Amino acid sequence: MADKVLMKGNEAIGEAAVLAGCRYYFGYPITPQSELPAYLARRLPEVEGVFLQAESEIAAINMVYGAASAGARVMTSSSSPGVSLKQEGISYIAGAEMPCVIVNVVRGGPGLGNISPAQSDYWQATRGGGHGDYRTLVLAPNSVQEMADMTRHAFELADRFRNPVLVLSDGILGQMMEPVLLPEPATYDINQKPWALGTTAPRKGGRNLCSTIFLDVELLEEHNWHLYQKYQVITDEFAKGSLKHMAVETHEVEDAEIVLVGYGIISRILKTVVEKCRKRGIKAGLVRPKCLWPFPSQVLADLAAKTKQFLVVEMSCGQMVEDVKLAVDGKKPVYFFGRTGGTVPSDFEILNEVDKLVRPD
Amino acid sequence: MEQVFARPKCMSKTPFHYCPGCDHGVVHRLVGECLDELEVGDKAIGVAPVGCSVFAYDYFAFDFNQAAHGRAPAVATGIKRVRPDHIVFTYQGDGDLAAIGTAEIVHAANRGEKITVIFINNAIYGMTGGQMAPTTLIGMKTATSPYGRDAQLCGHPIRVSELLATLEAPVYVTRVAVNTPANLMKAKKALKNAFRLQKEGKGFSFVEVVSICPTNWGKSPVDAHKWLAEKMLPVFPLGTYKDSTGIENS
Amino acid sequence: MSAEVERIILAGFGGQGILFLGKVLAEVGMRCGKHVSWIPSYGPEMRGGTANCTVIISEHPIASPLVTVPDTVIAMNRPSVAKFNVRIKAGGMLMYNSSLIERQEFRDDIRLVEIPASEIADELGNARVANLVMAGAYAKFSKLVTYDEMVKALPNLLPAGKKELAEVNLAAFERGYQFVKEKKYMFGRYVYSVFKGL
Ligand SMILES: Cc1ncc(C[n+]2csc(CCOP(=O)(O)OP(=O)(O)O)c2C)c(N)n1
Ligand code: SF4
Ligand SMILES: [Mg+2]
Repeated sequence: MADKVLMKGNEAIGEAAVLAGCRYYFGYPITPQSELPAYLARRLPEVEGVFLQAESEIAAINMVYGAASAGARVMTSSSSPGVSLKQEGISYIAGAEMPCVIVNVVRGGPGLGNISPAQSDYWQATRGGGHGDYRTLVLAPNSVQEMADMTRHAFELADRFRNPVLVLSDGILGQMMEPVLLPEPATYDINQKPWALGTTAPRKGGRNLCSTIFLDVELLEEHNWHLYQKYQVITDEFAKGSLKHMAVETHEVEDAEIVLVGYGIISRILKTVVEKCRKRGIKAGLVRPKCLWPFPSQVLADLAAKTKQFLVVEMSCGQMVEDVKLAVDGKKPVYFFGRTGGTVPSDFEILNEVDKLVRPD
Repeated sequence: MEQVFARPKCMSKTPFHYCPGCDHGVVHRLVGECLDELEVGDKAIGVAPVGCSVFAYDYFAFDFNQAAHGRAPAVATGIKRVRPDHIVFTYQGDGDLAAIGTAEIVHAANRGEKITVIFINNAIYGMTGGQMAPTTLIGMKTATSPYGRDAQLCGHPIRVSELLATLEAPVYVTRVAVNTPANLMKAKKALKNAFRLQKEGKGFSFVEVVSICPTNWGKSPVDAHKWLAEKMLPVFPLGTYKDSTGIENS
Repeated sequence: MSAEVERIILAGFGGQGILFLGKVLAEVGMRCGKHVSWIPSYGPEMRGGTANCTVIISEHPIASPLVTVPDTVIAMNRPSVAKFNVRIKAGGMLMYNSSLIERQEFRDDIRLVEIPASEIADELGNARVANLVMAGAYAKFSKLVTYDEMVKALPNLLPAGKKELAEVNLAAFERGYQFVKEKKYMFGRYVYSVFKGL
């Protein structure tokens, strides 16, 4: 068995992308994801890949659009302000059903904000972000190992569903180091997609076209329903199908009287909080969405029948809490605790919130 | 007694956060002196997008707008259209102006916006830790060109002054440096020309300052200035590329 | 020191090799078969500021890699003591670079370990290896990282361009280790309370 290596989260993403067969990266510098392009600037030439620093995030995402349409496994990465600029391109990529992987190492916003870790891009990530009726899959790693594993999976998912996949991380996950067992390498050939421009693979019809324009309203409606159906398939796969294992992680929820909900780095802190609660006789549990879209609503809905209350914790003023409320559907109270602007809540602060909820005197 | 080294009136007391020896501070001071000498310090509005100079608003005492990466010329356009009697300038890095903001600078110049643009060309992305800029020299190693900038892959360093000088509208386009006392004096003159043209409502003025980034170049300030003279100036020759009002000869 | 988990905050000036020291501990912890995590402080590039990082070495999978209450603080300069001293767990350890930090009124519920790291480094002719002196000192206290693994790992951890520094780094590590082994460090457990009585 291969040895574990101590790696930064940003670097783990870079290496996992290479192992996934990604040979094209287009990006633009921004903190706190800079280690990722720096890593690939060194690494991609070693495997005859292309690392190209674009003149902007807008250009970078459109280079991704082009490379994806030409059949490559391709990735871009950025942090919040840069991902905002990518939204136009992501809308086109989703509309044209082009597979690609987009990494957001989230930092404090709005505007320039700061470079400290945050989760305030949840809405942008899970609601589509750009214009039009579309969805992107959103994976939320909580360790450096998962930065690697989920990036590797992201390429498979992107190809399987012909859809952009977002890896939503944050400044801590990007900067921290943990031991990683690197995933198995994939073999990938830019000629394996029959729909790709310039492909040598056998085609269905005559020429291949990558487009998002449907002047005829009926055709656009048809296209949008087609996308919608695809999104339904994806949702079902995560809820009860082959991707169920990638949807959500639960911890000590069976007898939990209070269920904590958090994703990404917050879920690690919440795990410590649950341990501390249990030691103090508080029956706390944890639900940690690993995939933010599709959202593991059913798991939360089922728990709503058993537990007494939910506490959602985020590094934002409250974004995912809306999805939790939709899932719980008013059956049990859903409370929120957040820190924002780049502040990370401590286990003690959260414990204090739990205390207030379970011992309201 | 005349106080020679007094801080310009239009500048604040906040000490610079720049790395020791960085040219940003020097150019800030020149800007302050020029605005004072033209007696427009109280009518100036600055626009600084991201880059090491994103906190420029801390160092000047007049109004400021902190803009998004690359967008300062567009933001300045908005300000100047609302306040045509003010002296509006942008202060931008090479990553900012010559990469992500290429569209904004070309079109603000092409419209002949009556603003002044100060362009700090240090051949690198300073603030984000030393990535390749559009102005990075061929063969130069940076965080994102670890094998040296390759013209086949990344093209050649962009000469923005030469590019903008091909447009009809700009009235003044010049490239200066602050690496020697003589060049520093010329740089100050250029900045003053640029602001005077704006004060007189003449049109778009542009001053490129070839600068150093000792930190990300991995050089001492002295070595960096030497490197600037030896390597950068041949690629970015100093001089005035457009002067349609003849201000330099008046 | 707990035999199951060690939570360490390391802090000092930028340039004192704090992040590297943290990496060394994490990497060696990993090679000793433990779970480890390392988180740097990262801020806008303002040079000469303070740097710190958080390292956890644990027998068990690490839930939160963030540390509010460290078992140990390794402080290389004065501001670091001021900042992190109050957060150390009662009964925890403050290991500090006594070349740059004078003895003062510390808490009386922690173990104090005074290591003249900068002086030792200077004696070795390279001021930059003070961090490795601390690594050696810490290794002597640690229940989770071993001397042998540390010595084995060190030369491989140096960046490609600095391999020639392996010897002086190892020497620094050795000096730090021996310093503790021979109990040359000034303070034992709860010594301040003893001092108060003087
Ligand atoms: C949309 C967006 N992308 C990227 C960044 C990150 N960023 C901040 S400053 C900067 C460039 C700095 O380089 P330059 O403009 O040359 O200024 P310098 O620091 O060298 O003076 C970048 C890429 C950002 N703030 N916003
Ligand atoms: S990083 Fe470079 S440009 Fe920025 S302040 Fe330091 S020397 Fe100047
Ligand atoms: Mg620059």
